[in-house]
Amino acid sequence: MFEETELIARNKRIQGLYRTLLMMVTILLVLPVLVILATLVYKGGSIISMEFLFTDPVDGMTAGGIFPALFGTVWLVTLALLISVPLGVAAAIYLSEYAANNWFTRLINLAIINLAGVPSIVHALFGVGAFVIFFKFGTSILAASMTLAIMTLPVVIVATKESLQSVPYAFREACWNMGATRWQTVRRIVLPNAVSGILTGVILEVSRTTGETAPIMFTGAAFFLPFLPESIFDQTMALSLHLFVVATQVPGVPDALPYGVALVLISMVLLMNSLSIAFRIYLRNQKKW
Amino acid sequence: MVNPDTATKPNAGNSNPAAPDSMEDRRGMNTRKLEVRDLSVHYSGNTVLSEVTLDVWENEIFGIIGPANAGKTSFLKCINRMNTFTDNMEVGGQILFSGMDIHQLKNVYALRSRIGVVFPLPVGLPLTIYENVALAPRLKGISDKTELNIIVERCLTRAALWDEVKDRLNSLGSLLSGGQQQRLTIARALSQDPDLLMLDEFSIAVDPVTTMRIEEVLKELRSEMTIILVTNLVQQARRLADRTAFFLDGKCVEVGETEALFEGNVEDPRTRDYIEGKFG
Amino acid sequence: MERTSPAQPTAAEFDRRNLDWYIDKLVQILVFIGGISAIVFIIGIFAFVTIEGAGFLLDDFSFKEFFLSPFWEPSDEDAPEYGILALVAGTASVTGLAMIVAIPFSLGAAIFIGEFATGRTRESLKVLVELLAAIPSVVWGFIGLTIMNPLIIDLFDVPVGLNVLNAGVILGLMAAPIMTSIAEDALKAVPDRYREAAEALGATQWEVIFKTVLPAAKNGLLGAVLLGVGRGFGETMAVLMATGHSVNIPDSLFDPVRALTATIAAELGETAVGSDHYQVLFTIGIFLFLVTFVINLTADLIVRGIRDQ
Repeated sequence: MFEETELIARNKRIQGLYRTLLMMVTILLVLPVLVILATLVYKGGSIISMEFLFTDPVDGMTAGGIFPALFGTVWLVTLALLISVPLGVAAAIYLSEYAANNWFTRLINLAIINLAGVPSIVHALFGVGAFVIFFKFGTSILAASMTLAIMTLPVVIVATKESLQSVPYAFREACWNMGATRWQTVRRIVLPNAVSGILTGVILEVSRTTGETAPIMFTGAAFFLPFLPESIFDQTMALSLHLFVVATQVPGVPDALPYGVALVLISMVLLMNSLSIAFRIYLRNQKKW
Repeated sequence: MVNPDTATKPNAGNSNPAAPDSMEDRRGMNTRKLEVRDLSVHYSGNTVLSEVTLDVWENEIFGIIGPANAGKTSFLKCINRMNTFTDNMEVGGQILFSGMDIHQLKNVYALRSRIGVVFPLPVGLPLTIYENVALAPRLKGISDKTELNIIVERCLTRAALWDEVKDRLNSLGSLLSGGQQQRLTIARALSQDPDLLMLDEFSIAVDPVTTMRIEEVLKELRSEMTIILVTNLVQQARRLADRTAFFLDGKCVEVGETEALFEGNVEDPRTRDYIEGKFG
Repeated sequence: MERTSPAQPTAAEFDRRNLDWYIDKLVQILVFIGGISAIVFIIGIFAFVTIEGAGFLLDDFSFKEFFLSPFWEPSDEDAPEYGILALVAGTASVTGLAMIVAIPFSLGAAIFIGEFATGRTRESLKVLVELLAAIPSVVWGFIGLTIMNPLIIDLFDVPVGLNVLNAGVILGLMAAPIMTSIAEDALKAVPDRYREAAEALGATQWEVIFKTVLPAAKNGLLGAVLLGVGRGFGETMAVLMATGHSVNIPDSLFDPVRALTATIAAELGETAVGSDHYQVLFTIGIFLFLVTFVINLTADLIVRGIRDQ
């Protein structure tokens, strides 16, 4: 009897030890988010102002603001979304609602997984070979956006497919039994109940696209442009590339400037992500069935 | 939107005018609603239904009884061609619906819209109660509000649900209680204005009182449509069905007048054993 | 000509293809185009990158020089040499170190989040892991440059802090969140009856985890590691900024190296379209594509394997 309690106590100690150890590992893992944020705010926070956000860089990018880069990123992301969201949602609807369970569907899924796994610099090479040279878009917003769109397409497809499939199958069956076509079922029952989930995925994609650098380096983003782009065939500056440039390529940049750029970039990305997460949690609590 | 009631040409003839019309099978003025010939169903190699041949008459309640896995639900799925939505489900044989071979149809959705289906487990769609019932008419292209109002009220009333929900038609149908959802499902099936209503063990998730109310509804509906009632309760078949089929292990053992079957007037002793509760 | 009673409809009356039927067919075609787009793009990526690199591949490509020469001297005007051995070594060393960092962290975190943490703690940790995964690679590179660099110089008393260690740690932190998520999924996929059965035999929670759950989830965990490797292998901006970017087969953690991806990123802008150098960079692209393709395929097969069981 006594020995048994001894054993239990020992087990409890070991259990507690493991727990603490694993907890520390986990904390160590997530700590960098906070450390990075704190450092960026500490070192770059002072430079952030309306003026920083809305004026052009001056003196060889060693002073002034980041407006053209911010403006260009918005352009690139918007255009990339316009391309990838319809395509991705269509692909997800096909996979979730129309595709039979056969080798061809598996092939599509495999392609999506690999599309997500192709290194970003290879996407850049593809963008150069296909859009810049073959389709003769030149280094332009269009070429860069298309490269970004293809790169982030799996994000939209996966998120959309997941939210479509979270709508119970029984609802579809009930609709089909009433004589609804597949599309009527999708439009009246499935999509309305999946649209917020899709939106979550789209926000996530915005965040991903905003941060990408390699795919736009040779397809449409410029180190420095003294003017704003006027059409999708112009080049543009972009925030992510601007960070790379001021951090590594330009001599004599004051310390706070790249930190400021990094802070703006990471704030945009994390804001989008948090929005997406918050939205998802909100949705989880909105039970409709 | 296409209104199915417009542009109707005069009868251009059935796709299968040569259906046999042996007089001894006809009862009164009735005609065959459904003719099933040698129907078989396989799921990826497994036979779940074989050699089913039977007729269902217009305006009768046709009961189907039998133990679990007898192939009853698969049978229903074949009738409205839901097999096209089920992976690996192969269907052989022939089914005529109002004389038309359902496998020759150009628009299978039109067939389904004429057949109302009620599942074992109620499915309230994640729409308002009103929209649940208005969905089928909307699918057909009816968008006139007053017309929809009339349909919704009529169908909910007939499904014995109107009084309970008339004050909250805008709340979600998927959040009703099980019994209410089942009556909502029936109202939805009725909103299709079907000529065939198929119920698959509708009383499983429903309390006895509701079951009795739905049974009363079904008796009234018989005058307007054909009803196929799959049930796991033999007494329910006895209460409602004009004729009853006994399914066992994927075969239709026999079809007969319900009363005759229950009085022991059977061709196959297994039917009697099942009805008397010796197995199943 | 309107019939009011559809009591006995005939085939001609309702078996007509209406607008909704045609819309459904049209939509089916449209979404099918979306569906095959993924296949088209994958093939397109391979095709276009190969076309651009074709000239070099067909004329001057020497397997021996390309893979076995440690000399990457593309700008040597007399005798440019295109050996990627040192670049492969750079990528491999950084990715290898990244895995040494990421595997214990992500596995530990996955076990803690999946098996120990509950409620709010669990949710917050998952959110933090997700946010960590969202940090753009250029920001990670910047962190390597500005935070890790001086830190390494101070801690280890070395002249430069941009090296294998720096990039490896950065890459490890980048790969860890995605590996954590996949590993946690793998743990979640282990049926609860395994845990219950072990607990019924009197095992403690950690015994259940180490003797039952982890072995049962090992394929999924392997898949997580493979995806992490794929991630590290293909990462560009962070390794460009944090490795020191000098062609070198490393002897120690403190040697600067240069990665395959970073080489393309750094040099493509300076090459003339169609030149040898340009084509070699695309050839490296083909190599990267094929390697990540194989890694992702393997990972998918392994992960799918557990799902299908």
